[in-house]
Amino acid sequence: MSKKKQKLITPEIFRQAILGSFTKLNPLCMMKNPVMFVVEVGCFITLILSIFPGVFGDVGEGSNLRIYNIIVCAVLFVTVLFANFAESVAEGRGKAQAASLRKTQKDTGARLIREDGREEIIPAGELKKGDIVLVLAGEIIPGDGEVIEGIASVDESAITGESAPVVRESGGDFCSVTGGTTVVSDSLRIRITSDPGNSFLDRMIALVEGASRKKTPNEIALNTLLVSLTIIFLIVIVTLYPIGIYSGVRLRTSTLIALAVCLIPTTIGGLLSAIGIAGMDRVTRFNVIAMSGKAVEACGDVDTMILDKTGTITFGNRLAADFYPVGEAKRSDLIRCAALTSLHDDTPEGKSTLELARRLGDDSREPDGAQFVEFSAQTRMSGIDLPDGRKLRKGASDAIAHYVTAQGGSVPAGLQEQVERISSLGGTPLAVCEDDKLLGVIYLKDTVKPGMTERFERLRAIGIRTIMCTGDNPLTAATIAKEAGVDGFIAECKPEDKIDVIRREQAEGKIVAMTGDGTNDAPALAQANVGLAMNSGTSAAKEAANMVDLDSDPTKILEVVEIGKQLLITRGSLTTFSIANDIAKYFAIIPAMFMEAIPQLQVLNIMDLATPYSAILSALIFNAVIIPCLIPLAMKGVKYRPMSSGKLLGRNMLLYGLGGVITPFVGIKLIDMLIAPLLSLIGLGL
Amino acid sequence: MLQLILTIVLYLVMVVPVGIYVYHIAAGKHTFADPVFDRVDGVIYKISGIRPQTGMNWKQYAAALLGTNAVMILLGYIILRIQSIGLFNPNGIGSMEESLSFNTIISFMTNTNLQHYSGESGLSYLSQMLVITFMMFVSAASGYAGCVAFIRGLAGKTKDDVGNFFADLVRITTRVLLPFSIVGGLLLVWQGVPQNFSGNFIVDTLEGAKQVIATGPVAALEIIKHLGTNGGGFLGANSSTPIENPTILTNLIELYSMMLLPGASVITFGKMVRDRKRGNEASKAALPVSEKGKRGKLRSSLTVWMYGREGRTIFAAMGILFVIGLGVCFRAESQGNPALEEVGLNQSMGSMEGKEVRFGIAQSAMFTTATTSFTTGTVNNMHDTLTPLGGMIPLLHMMLNVVFGGKGVGLMNMIMYAILAVFICGLMIGRTPEYLGKKIEGREMKLTALCIIIHPLLILAFSALAVGTQAGLAGITNGGFHGLSQVLYEFASSAANNGSGFEGLADNTLFWNITTGLAMFFGRYLSIVIQLAIAGSLMKKSFVNESAGTLHTDTFSFSVILVFVVYILAALTFFPVLSLGPIAEHLTLWA
Repeated sequence: MSKKKQKLITPEIFRQAILGSFTKLNPLCMMKNPVMFVVEVGCFITLILSIFPGVFGDVGEGSNLRIYNIIVCAVLFVTVLFANFAESVAEGRGKAQAASLRKTQKDTGARLIREDGREEIIPAGELKKGDIVLVLAGEIIPGDGEVIEGIASVDESAITGESAPVVRESGGDFCSVTGGTTVVSDSLRIRITSDPGNSFLDRMIALVEGASRKKTPNEIALNTLLVSLTIIFLIVIVTLYPIGIYSGVRLRTSTLIALAVCLIPTTIGGLLSAIGIAGMDRVTRFNVIAMSGKAVEACGDVDTMILDKTGTITFGNRLAADFYPVGEAKRSDLIRCAALTSLHDDTPEGKSTLELARRLGDDSREPDGAQFVEFSAQTRMSGIDLPDGRKLRKGASDAIAHYVTAQGGSVPAGLQEQVERISSLGGTPLAVCEDDKLLGVIYLKDTVKPGMTERFERLRAIGIRTIMCTGDNPLTAATIAKEAGVDGFIAECKPEDKIDVIRREQAEGKIVAMTGDGTNDAPALAQANVGLAMNSGTSAAKEAANMVDLDSDPTKILEVVEIGKQLLITRGSLTTFSIANDIAKYFAIIPAMFMEAIPQLQVLNIMDLATPYSAILSALIFNAVIIPCLIPLAMKGVKYRPMSSGKLLGRNMLLYGLGGVITPFVGIKLIDMLIAPLLSLIGLGL
Repeated sequence: MLQLILTIVLYLVMVVPVGIYVYHIAAGKHTFADPVFDRVDGVIYKISGIRPQTGMNWKQYAAALLGTNAVMILLGYIILRIQSIGLFNPNGIGSMEESLSFNTIISFMTNTNLQHYSGESGLSYLSQMLVITFMMFVSAASGYAGCVAFIRGLAGKTKDDVGNFFADLVRITTRVLLPFSIVGGLLLVWQGVPQNFSGNFIVDTLEGAKQVIATGPVAALEIIKHLGTNGGGFLGANSSTPIENPTILTNLIELYSMMLLPGASVITFGKMVRDRKRGNEASKAALPVSEKGKRGKLRSSLTVWMYGREGRTIFAAMGILFVIGLGVCFRAESQGNPALEEVGLNQSMGSMEGKEVRFGIAQSAMFTTATTSFTTGTVNNMHDTLTPLGGMIPLLHMMLNVVFGGKGVGLMNMIMYAILAVFICGLMIGRTPEYLGKKIEGREMKLTALCIIIHPLLILAFSALAVGTQAGLAGITNGGFHGLSQVLYEFASSAANNGSGFEGLADNTLFWNITTGLAMFFGRYLSIVIQLAIAGSLMKKSFVNESAGTLHTDTFSFSVILVFVVYILAALTFFPVLSLGPIAEHLTLWA
């Protein structure tokens, strides 16, 4: 996991956010957030009241009333600023990340190949879809595209953070390249697949910046709830005025506004968009680019996860499990030669072969002057040339057989038999030869990645079923499935089988997530509710998916699901907290409002707040400061641990529901103790 | 205390068979009485040209409901205006004035039964039977039909068929209301409730004075008044008079007959929703055992069998709200009235002002809480003379309008709060919210929110209008806090389609007739149409999968959450006005 750690707020983000809090005060901008817009309108009215205290017929000693109105106005103003600040911080963090991405998008030159074959250098920004460019070793790939000719290793660390270069070649599943990455060796002829400003990197930047952020369906629904609560409380406040007059209480306009602002769900209203942006941001920090907030949200609902066996659940057929000599070769010879060929082989196959050989008692040392032969795509084998002239090779069985025959040797009859046996077990055979003598095969077995079983256990706890897709025969598939602990498997799976499974699950009302990289995965990725494509995959797969994993680590979908859940939980918890706060605010403000006319209501002042003024202002101040206090929570998201829905609900209800009831009682009382003496100093005692 | 517990326990037992019976009728399943009723219904269908098998979508259903009610409002209005003609009018009652007729006809068509007149002096026997008693059947059946359609929508067996309104109307009337009424009515007659067409008796009292004793077709009205959660009395003093409610037995009959059908609708809901679950389980049987495990045991428990899995949760939430209310009311009344104590009246029996000695505090508190929770509106004591806190409970329960409620309406309203609760709880466990296997999205939230806004808007806006205008103020007979309680009570009673009066309000004026008429009208029809729209919108969606990660709404903890949501969202809305009304009055009284 290359999870980038970043401090919650850097001084730069802080500065930007302060600026943003003020620019967002524009009513046109505020209108998008109706709850906070009401606060802004309230602030405006109290501003008028601060200048002309009597304009709405409020009574009271002139200067006192003015001071009171000014304070209410100031607190409301700060409330709006806090909410804007929260949103700006979230955006700022996204922008900071985008900036670091943008650094890679230097304006490079591109070698455009004209139709007549001429080569011409033009700025990368002018490349259009369909253009063909040539990129030489050491040059930066000017835009997203497909390799149409050549094979080369490409350094994609700018995008993925992964330092090891990857191979890109024309045709197949490894033909897609991303703009901003560097060709390390050889050269590539690339057909550009995106128009300027619309490249993968551009879209990525726009997404993390929050520029192209749309409200998700759940956000819209929640917003509806918040707006309707706001309307209900506004009805309460507006009707309270005449009813108050009837009861002999002439309520001050600013007090009514204060009550309204306290009751409407400003806490969640102020933090809602910040939570959404931060959720996207958390996914991005995980090196996964979500194409929309909707996709992240859908993650929380995933019921079924379709995972490829190879690469996701298992390492693939890459770990040596046994040695099988063929013909007259001795097992010990086979082990020794296999170990020698693997001395400098850093692939998992090589390492595990050496490890297994050592375990079986082999202790052959590398002779001086030996020459290691790297694996190449052409020869499909690697090995070692010993100083005594012997050449040891290991590789694909047909390649080795070919090599042995070319050297004048013969292929023993046992080879084919062993190869078939290993294949039928779901393993991969790797043949070993010494010059023209074929020694035998290494059995590379499929091994479940460590920790997968626990992960599937965790998923099961939160109600997610896992289905493993594999091309293996049913017997092998069943063995691996049992070992990994998945809930189901599809053996001998063809790409269209995946779509069928997804459709079947969806017909049962399930939300399906899957990962994929190949072009033939594209339809399934598009059909799935959550499709996570590997960045190493084809551009078709990336287009079809709604998320792209830059690290190309298929197991990450598990974390992404948890981030999706965390996003929803954060939203729900803060909503509950915000609504639960109302109880305490009522008990602070209601007695304060009516105490002058109906002294008996003092009984309801259970917090024993000093004066009506300080009670109302304490509730209002609490309402304002709770927003910045919760910004860290909104950014980081509430803690999520996989557990059954009942337990999770109980825990969060206790924390945010009950907590939301109690916290304001304590908070308001504390603020009251602080401000009551101050208020009496400026003549707002009683 | 003991008698309250016994009353409730008896109710919990009785409601189950009734619920199962109603479920069979709502779901069109076989019942023991089919051979008789199928023929009766067949004749009615034939005469009126109803094709009971033709389904309707929610819009057609709502249109049929509104259209039918509109026609009846028109006819009823005409009858009230011309009742002075000599048909069934032995007491020579005159025709009703326009605004009062408007108020009365809406009041009875909306199942409210707010009465700005006194039955004995305001209505002829013709009106009592053709308008009042008839409407009591039809309005109850309309509301119940709406609820049944709503439940069908939630159960979601089909994509848009919520049933046939006319068939529902007929079936509910002939199979539930009529037979129950006949049995209950005869029981009332046995206990001494009159049922005749004689004119009022004038008798010489022991003191030698003359007294007019009202009579008439009382028993017939009395039973449907409760059974249909209507509440409009034959006489002005309603069920507190010995004519309408002579003994403790009649009191219990009336109590139970108003409580049974609303409770039964919750059971119907539970069972109809369970229907679907069962179907799902069969298909799920292939799944590994681990996924079922413990929950299997839960399913087979007795309460689930009685109330249905989802029904049990809703029933429990309503029950909790009811018991809390009853407890507060009972305690407040038992405390007596310190002001009366001061002038030398012994309060050891509790506050008996305005109560009948044959019922006492316990049965009065029970009746008061029930009549407002089940939005019936009948009274066996005068709510105006309840102690301030004792009077706040009926007021609050009408403001909530979810504590069982009248004829399924309470269930529909409670589902609105359940949707809200599910929305918040769903998020808290990291899923986009779903209820009864359907996703709750923007459209449902919008409609639910609208539905929840209407009620406080009607109550608070009209109350503010009443205390802010001369025309409104003129009706308030008690000044101060109690006056505000009266106003709030009147509009809460109208908007919740309850119909009980705090009385003490001079309400037969143009202002009060029109405002309460509007409150009743919108409180009834806007809610029903919106709720049907929600059901219609939900049934179009496909079922989502249920897993260990899904929010389970069939648990007791969800009931508790539901209670909190209702208290925080519905009750807190009214906290400011309540603190100016009953709470201030209480604190002043006990200061």
